[in-house]
Amino acid sequence: MEQIQAQIKNQFPDIDTEEGEILKIKVSPKELRSIIDFLYHYKNLPFNFLKYMIGTDEGETLRVSYILSSSVNPAVNIMVITGTDNRENPLLYTVTDFYNTAQFNEREIYALLGIRFINNPDMRKFFLNQDWVGYPLRKDYDPNPALNPVSVESREINDNSFVIRELPDGSISEEVTKIFDDDDYIINIGPQHPSTHGVMHFRTALDGEVVKKIDIHSGYIHRGIEKLSENLMYPQILHFTDRLDYLSANINRHALCMCVEKATGIEVPERAQYIRTIMDELNRIDSHLLAWSAHTNDLGATTAFIYGMREREIILDIFEKICGGRLIINQNVIGGVMFDIYPEFQKDVKNFIPYMRSRLKEYDRFFSHNVIALGRMKNVGILNIKDAISHAVTGPSGRASGWSCDVRKYNPYALYDKVEFREIIRTEGDSYARYMNRLDEIEESLHIIEQLIDNIPDGEFCAKTKAIIRLPEGEYYQNVEAGKGLFGVYIESRGDKTPYRLKFRSPSMSLVAVMPLICKGEKISDFIGIGGSMDYVIPDIDR
Amino acid sequence: MLLNYSQPLELNKLTSRIDAALHAALPDYWAVTIELVLVGILIIATYALLAVVLIYVERKITAFFQARIGPNRVGKYGIFQTVADVTKILIKEIIHINRIDKFLFYTAPFFIIVASILTFGAIPFGQGLQAVDFNIGVLYVISVSSLGIIGVLLAGWSSNNKYSMIGAMRSGAQFVSYELSAGIALMTIVVLSGTMQLSTMVESQRYCWNIFNGHISALVAFVIYLISGHAETNRGPFDLPEAESELTAGYHTEYSGLQFGFFYLAEYLNMFIIASIGATVFLGGWMPLQIAGWESFNQLMWFIPSYLWFFGKVALLIFFSLWVRWSFPRLRIDQLLNLEWKYLLPINLVNLLVMVILVLTGLTLTDIFY
Repeated sequence: MEQIQAQIKNQFPDIDTEEGEILKIKVSPKELRSIIDFLYHYKNLPFNFLKYMIGTDEGETLRVSYILSSSVNPAVNIMVITGTDNRENPLLYTVTDFYNTAQFNEREIYALLGIRFINNPDMRKFFLNQDWVGYPLRKDYDPNPALNPVSVESREINDNSFVIRELPDGSISEEVTKIFDDDDYIINIGPQHPSTHGVMHFRTALDGEVVKKIDIHSGYIHRGIEKLSENLMYPQILHFTDRLDYLSANINRHALCMCVEKATGIEVPERAQYIRTIMDELNRIDSHLLAWSAHTNDLGATTAFIYGMREREIILDIFEKICGGRLIINQNVIGGVMFDIYPEFQKDVKNFIPYMRSRLKEYDRFFSHNVIALGRMKNVGILNIKDAISHAVTGPSGRASGWSCDVRKYNPYALYDKVEFREIIRTEGDSYARYMNRLDEIEESLHIIEQLIDNIPDGEFCAKTKAIIRLPEGEYYQNVEAGKGLFGVYIESRGDKTPYRLKFRSPSMSLVAVMPLICKGEKISDFIGIGGSMDYVIPDIDR
Repeated sequence: MLLNYSQPLELNKLTSRIDAALHAALPDYWAVTIELVLVGILIIATYALLAVVLIYVERKITAFFQARIGPNRVGKYGIFQTVADVTKILIKEIIHINRIDKFLFYTAPFFIIVASILTFGAIPFGQGLQAVDFNIGVLYVISVSSLGIIGVLLAGWSSNNKYSMIGAMRSGAQFVSYELSAGIALMTIVVLSGTMQLSTMVESQRYCWNIFNGHISALVAFVIYLISGHAETNRGPFDLPEAESELTAGYHTEYSGLQFGFFYLAEYLNMFIIASIGATVFLGGWMPLQIAGWESFNQLMWFIPSYLWFFGKVALLIFFSLWVRWSFPRLRIDQLLNLEWKYLLPINLVNLLVMVILVLTGLTLTDIFY
C-alpha cells in the first residue's frame, strides 16, 4: 500500500492523499480519469473492481467517492474522491469505459444528486422519471408532494437517451440518441411479469425469438431508504436492511450492525457471534434454495420449485421459533442479537443438516442431470471473467465465472476465519455453473453450521449499548457476503445520532446490469432462464 | 350364448333396446333424428363431465407429485372443487378488449372446442359405444384434430397482444411439426393392422395388442406417438405456446370467462383424446385382456364392461403424461423443432419402412405364432 502511495506521489505530485482505514486520494475532476487510468493499469494489482460509487451532498460541493479494489486481491481498497462546486449544472467525467458497473451507478447519482457525467453513453435518470423535480439526496431537496404529483395517466415510454459530450473548445453539447430502432419489435417484460423476480421492467427488442437489445427500467418500488435513513437513528435504520434483499435479510442486517459496532467500538459477545454466523448461513441456504426453486420454475419445472419451498419451510420455522420473524428476521441488533436461541435450536438445526444433504442428492437426481435442463443451461448466458469483474458481478454468479470474490474468505468477519469451508469456483460462466455453484454453496454452508452448532459458548448474547448511539465523525464501511454477492454498508457520520450519508451497495444491481450483455443473441426463453440463474432481487436495487 | 348373459353392464344392449323401441314407435325418419340428437347431447355431456373429472384428477395427482394435498375444501377430498370452478367460469364476465379483431377474437375459441369435440365423437369408448365409425377413422381423427391450430393462431393474431402473438406463432410451428410425427406413427400401425377403421382395429387386437404385434417397430411408433401427442396438447415439457414464465399465458392471455374456459376445457380434453387414440390404436382399445386358448379366463375378463377397460387404459396413459409434465422443465423452441425434424421424423420414416418390411415378410408376432 505504501508502495502505491509513493508511486502516486511520484506521478501526481499535487494530489492530496490521506491514510486511514483505507487510502484516500482527493483529486479534481480534471485529474480523475488520469489517476483512475493509473490505478486501473497498476501492474500486479490492477484496480479493476469498482466496489462502491457514492455520491454525497457536502453542502458547498457535491462529492463522488469511488472505492476501488482489485480483482486479484479484493481486500485492498483505495478511495478516490472528486467533487464539483457547481450546484446548478454539476458535471463530472464518466468512468464507464473502465468499469461497466459505473454506468448504472452514474445514472443513479444523476437521478438522486443531479450530477451528470460527460461521455456516459446513456445519461437518463435511473429510478426516477426524467421529469422529476429536484434531486432527493441533496440536503436542500424539497419533498413537497405538490412538486411531483402522483400521475394517474398512462404515459408513453420515451426511448430517447442523452449523451453529454465535451467539445474540443471546452463547451458542452447534449446529444439525443435513440435506444431502439424504429422498426424494432419491442415487448415489455415486466413490471408485472411472473419471471422478473420483482417489479423489474425490461424493454426487450426481439428479432423473432432472439433477443436483440434490452433496456432496463427500474425504480417501480424505490422507497428512498437512503434518504429516509438520514433522519433516523441507527437502531431504527436496522429495520430497513431487512427490506433490501429480503432473502438475505439477516446477512444485510449483520452488515449494518457490524458497521456501527466497528465505529463505536462495541465488543460483541462470543455467543452472539456464533448465533449470528449460524443464522447467516441458514439464511444463505434459504436464499439459495429459493434461487434454485425460482430458477427451475423459470425453466418450466414447477415440481422442482415446490421441492425447494418444502425444504425452505424448515429453515423458516427455525427462524420463527428463534425470533418470531420468518422472512424479515429481526434478530441482529447493535451489540449482539435480540433473542437468545431457544432450547431445542441445536437439535432442530442438527436434524436439518442430514435432511438437507439427502435432499441435495434428490435435487441432483431429479433436476441437475436432466437432459432438457442441461440443454437449457449449458453454454447459455456465458459471462466471462473480464465482464464479471467490470460489471462487479459478485456472489455465486461471479464465482461461476472463475472470479474468487467471497468476502468471507478475503475479508473474514464474525467467525468465518475460525471455520473451514471451500470457496466454490467454476470457470464455465454459463447458467449451469451458476446453478451448480448455489447447490454446492448450500453444502458448504451446512458444513460451516456443523462446525459451529455444538460449540456455542455460554454467556451474554448482547452487549450493553447506550440508549442513543452516536457514531464518531468519519466514514465507515463494512462488506458482507450476502446470498447474491457483496453487500456493503457505507456510513458517513458527522458525530450525530443519525448518519449524514448512508449508502447500501447492492449486489443485485450488478446482476441486472449485466443482463443485456449476456442475453444478447439468446432466445427469449433463455433470457428468463438466465435471469433465474443470476438470481437478482429487485428491492435490493430499488433501495 | 353364455357371453350375452356374462355382460350385465355392457351399454350396447341398452342402446340397441332404445333403438328398437324408437323404430317400433316412430317412422324411421324421426327415429334417426331423435337418435342423432340424443347422441349429440350425450357426447357434449360426456365431454363436459370428463373435463371436470380430468381437472380434478390432474390437480390431485399433481399434488401427489409435488408433496402437497391438493384441493380439499369443497366437499370430501375436494371433489366438488372443479364443479365450483366451472360454475365460476360460466358466470364470469367476458371482458371486452379494445382494438382487437372482434370477429376472429370471438370465433377462435369455437374452432378449438369444435375440433376437439369432432375428434371426441370418433373415439370408440366401448363395445358399440362409438358415435361415428368411419372406414377412414384414423385419417379422420388426425385431420380433424389439427383444425384446433387454426383457433390458436386466430386467438394469437386477433388479441392485439405481443405475448399472444409470439405464443401463437410458436404454437403454429409446434403443431405443424408434431402433427407429422403423430400422423406417421399412427400410419405405422395402419400398415400393421391393415385397416383405418377404429372398430376393426380394436377387433383385430383381440389376442395381441398392436404394440406387441409389431414388436420393435410398434414400440418405437408408440414412444414417438406419446411424445408428439404430448406436444400436440401443448402440455408438459412442450407447453411453449403458453410458457407462463415467458409469455404469461401465451395465445389465450386476453381471454376471460367462458371463452377462456373453452381453451381450458379443450386442453384437458385433448389430453384425453390423445390418450384414448393411443389406447385404441396401440393397446387394444376397449377390448378386454384376452389370451388365445384360455377360454374361461377370457370370459371372466368380459365380465368387466368394455368401457371400463377403455377408461383404465386411457387413465394409465394420462397418468404417464402427467408424470412427464410435472417432472421435466420446458424445452426451448429451437430444441423443440430440432427434436422433431432432426430426430423424430427421420426415425419415424425409417420405422414406417421397417414396419412395411415386417408385415411383408411375415415377422409380426401373430404371423409367427398363429
